[in-house]
Amino acid sequence: MPDPALQVEGLEVEFPTKAGTVHAVRGMDFSIAPGEVLGIVGESGSGKSVTALATMGLLPKSAIVRGSIRFDGRELLGLKEKQLAGVRGTGIAMIFQDPMTSLNPVYTIGWQIAEAIRAHQDIGKEAAQARAIELLAKVGIPNPAERVDNYPHEFSGGMRQRAVIAIGMANDPDVILADEPTTALDVTVQAQVLESLKTALSETGAALLLITHDLGVIAGLADRVIVMYAGRPVEVGTVDDVFYKPSMPYTLGLLGSLPRLDSDGTERLRQIPGSPPSMLGAPTGCPFAPRCPLRADICTTTEPPLVVVPSVDSVGGDHRAACHFAASVAAGEHGALFSDADAGVAAP
Amino acid sequence: MLAYVIRRLLVSIVVLFFATVFVFLLVASSGNPLALLKANPHIPQSTIIARENLLHLNDPLWQRYWIWFSHAIRGDLGTTISGQNVWSEASSHLLVTLRMVIFATLIAIVLAITAGVVAAVRQNRLADHTITVTNFLLLATPVFVIGLALKEFVAIPINQHVGTTLFYTDGEQSPTLSGSFISRLPDYAEHTILPVLTLILVSYSAWAIYQRSSMIETLDADHVRLARAKGLSPRRVLIRHVLRNALIPVTTVVALDFAAVLGGAIITEIVFGWQGLGQWYLSGVTDLDTNVMLAYLLITATFVILFNLLADILYAFLDPRIRYG
Amino acid sequence: MAEPIAEENFIATPTSIATEEAGSHMLATAAPGLELAQPLDAHGLAGEGKSQLRIVIGRFFDQRLAIVGLCVFIGLGVAAVLVGHFWQYSYTDITNDLNVPPSWGHPFGTNAIGNDMFAQVMRGVEKDIQIALTVAAMATLIGVTVGAIAGFYRGWVDSLLMRFVDLVLVVPILAVLIVLANKLAKESSGWLGLAIIIGALSWTYVARLVRADFLVLRERDFVEAAKALGATNRRIIVKHMLPNAIGPIIVNATLTVALSIVLESTLSYLGLGVQPPDVSLGLLVAQGQDSATTEWWLFVFPVAFLVVLILSIFLIGDGLREAFDPKKSRVRA
Repeated sequence: MPDPALQVEGLEVEFPTKAGTVHAVRGMDFSIAPGEVLGIVGESGSGKSVTALATMGLLPKSAIVRGSIRFDGRELLGLKEKQLAGVRGTGIAMIFQDPMTSLNPVYTIGWQIAEAIRAHQDIGKEAAQARAIELLAKVGIPNPAERVDNYPHEFSGGMRQRAVIAIGMANDPDVILADEPTTALDVTVQAQVLESLKTALSETGAALLLITHDLGVIAGLADRVIVMYAGRPVEVGTVDDVFYKPSMPYTLGLLGSLPRLDSDGTERLRQIPGSPPSMLGAPTGCPFAPRCPLRADICTTTEPPLVVVPSVDSVGGDHRAACHFAASVAAGEHGALFSDADAGVAAP
Repeated sequence: MLAYVIRRLLVSIVVLFFATVFVFLLVASSGNPLALLKANPHIPQSTIIARENLLHLNDPLWQRYWIWFSHAIRGDLGTTISGQNVWSEASSHLLVTLRMVIFATLIAIVLAITAGVVAAVRQNRLADHTITVTNFLLLATPVFVIGLALKEFVAIPINQHVGTTLFYTDGEQSPTLSGSFISRLPDYAEHTILPVLTLILVSYSAWAIYQRSSMIETLDADHVRLARAKGLSPRRVLIRHVLRNALIPVTTVVALDFAAVLGGAIITEIVFGWQGLGQWYLSGVTDLDTNVMLAYLLITATFVILFNLLADILYAFLDPRIRYG
Repeated sequence: MAEPIAEENFIATPTSIATEEAGSHMLATAAPGLELAQPLDAHGLAGEGKSQLRIVIGRFFDQRLAIVGLCVFIGLGVAAVLVGHFWQYSYTDITNDLNVPPSWGHPFGTNAIGNDMFAQVMRGVEKDIQIALTVAAMATLIGVTVGAIAGFYRGWVDSLLMRFVDLVLVVPILAVLIVLANKLAKESSGWLGLAIIIGALSWTYVARLVRADFLVLRERDFVEAAKALGATNRRIIVKHMLPNAIGPIIVNATLTVALSIVLESTLSYLGLGVQPPDVSLGLLVAQGQDSATTEWWLFVFPVAFLVVLILSIFLIGDGLREAFDPKKSRVRA
C-alpha cells in the first residue's frame, strides 16, 4: 500500500471570538492516496472549508489549530510562512470558491499563471508565458494565445475558474484542494469547470480533495466521501457505500433531499427540519440529535464515535458512521426517515 | 488608454473654463474694489468715476467677465492696485510656493505609504499603535498650530542651543542673499526646512491613515489568498499583490487632496513669512485687489485640475478595469 | 474630474472622503452601501434580533477610545457652559492683573490687557463647538439632500449636480472662505454668518459620500421591490434608502464637526473669523503666538484645548465608524 499523499489526524480548529470560542473543526481524520479523489460534503458551517484552509496554512492568525497534517513525510502544522510557501503550489495546490475575486484584477491572466510557474521552476519569462498558453489550452480556454494577455475582468466566471485551475496545475502538484469550485457558477458552466478539473487530475496525476455541498458533483467525480456535520466526520466510505448504504440519519436526509430525475414528480422534497447548530462551545451528545427523527436519550448525552458499518462491497471498504443506531440505519430498517410528518420536529 | 487620456483632457479643459466663470463670480461678489477709495474723503468723485470706468465696474457682469477672460487667455492678467504686472508678480510668487509644496508632497507621499504599510503589516502591535496614535494627533492639529509649534518650540530653542540660526523662521531666503546658485543652496535649505516639515506633517498623517486602512482591507482579499496559495514568497505577495492593489485608492486621494495642500501652503507662508502665492493672495483679498484675487484663484484652479487629470491617468494605469470605461 | 470608482472596485476599497481645510486633512472611511445586518455569530447564522440601534450603540461603547473621546467632548462642552455662567470672571472682564502666569485666581493666567485666560479659553471652546455643530447640521442637511438626489436619479441630474460639486472644490476651500469671510468681517454679522459660509462649502464632501452610497443602494433589490409595490420615489429615498446609508452619514457628520473647527480656527487665526471682543480658540492662538516662549500660557492653553477638542471628535468619529462597520473583529469561516 503506497504512502498516502496527504494524511490528516486529529485536526481541531478553534476561533476565539467575542461571543466565545467557535469550534469549527472537532476532530478530522482522513488520508488521501495518490491519485485518489476524496470528497467532503456538508452544509455551510460544517467546517469543510476550514479543514482545507488549515491544510494550506491559510487560516487567520487568530485561529488555534491542533493535530497533525502530514504531506510528503513532513508535518505541515506549525511551519512558518516561508516554509509553507515552498509546499504551496508545487506540493499542494488550492482552488477557491469565488472566481470573481480570486484573481488579481490588475495583472493579466498570463502574467498570473507565469508568476505561479516561476515561483517554483527556474525558467525564463518567455518560456513561462508559453507554458501558460499551454495550460490555458488544456483547461479548455479558446484562443489561448490571445486570451493569455487578457485581464480577469475580460473573462467570464467559468473561464476565470478554469484559469485558476490552470494555475493550480502549473507546477504539477501532488494534491489539489478544491473548495467549492463550482458553487458560484451556473449549472452549464459547472460541467465545463469539472471537465477542466478532471483534465488537471489526469495531467498531473494529483490526488484531489473536493469540498462541496453538491452531492451530484461528488457522485460524478469522487472515489471516497466524508460527510461532515458540526465540525466532525459523521460518515466515511466509498461513494458507493455512502450513496447506497447510508448509515447515518444525516446522510439519509441529504440524499433524500435531492430532487431525482426518476421520481414521478409528485413527491415533495424531503427536508431535514431545523438548522445546523451554533459552533460556540462544545456540544454534549450528538450535534445532530435536535433534528434527528431517531433521537433517543443516549443521543443527547453521548457523542457517537465512528463505528464500522457494512459496505456495499463486502471486501475491505472502510465504511464508518457516527450514529448510535448506525447498524439499523444501514440495514434499512427505518424506511423514509424524513417525511412531511417530520415538519413538526422542533428546531433547536 | 490613449482614448481615455484624451477624453479626460477634454473634460479638464471644459472644467477649467467653468472654473473661470465660478472664480470670477466669486471675486465679483466679494465687494467693491473701490470701497477703500470711496471711504476716503480726500479722493474727488471724478477720480472715482474715472477708475470705475477703467475697471469697467458699471458694465454688465458677463461683459466684465469676458474682458477679463479674453485678456487672461492671452496671458494678460492686468495690474495690481499699485500698478504691478500681475502675471510677473504671480509667477515669481508661484515659484516660491512651488518649492515648498512639491518637496513636501513628494516626501509626504513616500512617508505615508511606508508608514501605512508598516502599520498594516504589524497591525495591533507596538509599531502600529505608535504610528496610528502619532497620525491621529497630527491630523487633529491645524496647520497653523503645527507651524507655530515648530517655530516656537523647535526652531528657537535649537537655534539658541546651537548658537547660530540653523532653522530660519521668517522668509524663504535671507534678504541679502547673492552668489551662485550652489552657494545659495544652504541658505535656501535652512529657510525651507521648517515650512516644508510643517506641510509634510499635515499631509502625511491623513494619507498614512488612509494607506493603512487600504492595506488592511486588501490583506484580507481573496486574490491575496490565492497568491499565497500559489506558493509565492511572503515578500512578493506583500508587494505585488497587496501593496500594488492598495495603492490605487491612495493615488486618487493624494491627487484629490492637492487643493488641501495648496490651502495649507497659504497658512504655512503666513506663519513663516514666505513671499509665496498664498500670502500674496491674502493681502490681495484684504486690499480688495480683484486682479490679484482672480490670478491666484485661476492659478490654483489650474493646478488642481491638472493634478486631478494626472490622478485619473495614474488610476487608469494602475487599474486596467477602468481604461476602457 | 477624478473620482475613485469605489463602488465598482472589487478590491474592497473604502469610499474615502478626503477633506481639505487649511491644509490639515481629514478622512472619513465608510463602506458604501452599508446595511445594518442582523447580529451574526461566527458562523454567519442570524441570532435573535436585537434592535439595530442597540447593536450599534453596544459596539460603540465597546471601544475604550471612543468612550474617552465622547467623555472629553461632552466634558469640554459642559465645562465651557458652566464656566461661562459661574466663573468669577467673564471673558470680557478686565482685571488689574496683567500678564500674570497661571495661579489660583487665574488658572490659565491673564493676558496683556488683563483678561482672565481661563474664561477666554472656555469661551473659545464654547464658540468653536457652537459654530461647528451648526455647520455640521447645515452641511449634512444640504449634502444628504443633494447626494441622495444625485445618486437616486442618476443620469443628467447626477452629472449636473456632481459637476457643480467638483467646481466648488476646484479651488482650495480655504481660499474661497478667505474671500467670503473677508466680506463678512466687514459687515460684522457674527458667528452665524461664519457658520453659514463654512457650511456652504462643507456640504460638498457629504454630498459626494451620500451619492456614492446611493448609487450602490439603488441597485439593491429592495428598491425594485418598493417600486413594484408602488412607492413614490420620495418614499423610497426617505424610508428605504436613507436608513441604510445612515451609518456613513453619521460618521461623516461627526468629521464635518471637526473639519469646521479646523476651518473656523484657521480663519480666526488669520483675523477673518470670529472677531474681537468675541473669542475663538484660533483667535487666541493668533494673539498668543508671539508670546509663546515668554508668556507661554497665552499660547499653550488655547493650542492644547484646540487639539484636544478636535482629537476627541476624531475618536468619536472613528468609534462610530467601527460601530457601524466593524472591521477589527472579523473571522472567516
